[in-house]
Amino acid sequence: MKFGVVRFPGSCDEVDALMACRRFADAEILWHGDRDLAGVDAVVIPGGFSYGDYLRVGAIARFSPVMEAVKAHVLAGGPVLGICNGFQVLCEAGLLPGALLPNAGLRFLCRQVDVEVVNSDTPFTRACAAGDTLSIPVKHTTGRYYAPEETLREMDAHGQIILRYATGCNPNGSLADVAGVVNRDGNVMGLMPHPEHAVDPLTGSADGSCIFQSLMDHVEEGPARLAEARA
Amino acid sequence: MKARVLIRPKDGILDPQGQAVERALPALGFGGAANVRVGRLVELDVEDGSRLDEMCERLLANPLIEDYEVQVIE
Repeated sequence: MKFGVVRFPGSCDEVDALMACRRFADAEILWHGDRDLAGVDAVVIPGGFSYGDYLRVGAIARFSPVMEAVKAHVLAGGPVLGICNGFQVLCEAGLLPGALLPNAGLRFLCRQVDVEVVNSDTPFTRACAAGDTLSIPVKHTTGRYYAPEETLREMDAHGQIILRYATGCNPNGSLADVAGVVNRDGNVMGLMPHPEHAVDPLTGSADGSCIFQSLMDHVEEGPARLAEARA
Repeated sequence: MKARVLIRPKDGILDPQGQAVERALPALGFGGAANVRVGRLVELDVEDGSRLDEMCERLLANPLIEDYEVQVIE
């Protein structure tokens, strides 16, 4: 199995994401000007400040050539994980519902937070159990998740809110404590916390590993195992 | 033609930047200012003004969270 980590001008977490992926499978960097994904099975859009965050966070990156290939990958059912700026890019690209707004407290936040797994029936959380609490760092200025009330209700009904900040841990004013979401088809995920910074106990927590483990299980074993596990 | 696009957070969306400015004004002796909203201004020269709305919808604003207003200057 191979992960591809996209590097935009202004990305800064792509090397950590690459190293996290390499704990589980092969991984390589994809350049923003690439028009194909070099045969990778799963795509990670990493954190950072793509295109300098000009205009709005994530607004310019969605027009880069590699995003056309990412869209085709999504349409073919391939998994895509967007972390922090990657989440913002996927929302701007219309691949995920909602948008990210400046933190309610206006400050840049850099701290460990507890997030709760709400739905473990996805390619990104299948190695976790619903109700698990993961300790993962956040570091962002624009992380307040917003979606119109009706959209949020529909997302909730379809199990699309897969991670929530644990009670009392919402750092940025996100609506409904949303920390991570998937699209309706379940193959695109975005989250503000950084699982790639929490894969080694040396840095305080390895709880982020389960996201990469889940993706590897999804690609290696296919969705069948999930159905079996449910039966 | 020269155009100006005003972009602001949609009504009902919390604007912490606007709130911070609103709180700062009385501290400088400017009382009586309310409902402060902070947005963005984009000025541009365009050959074809008929496409300004589309530009706003697709790039200059995010219609989910922002309202925009196009002003033709000349």
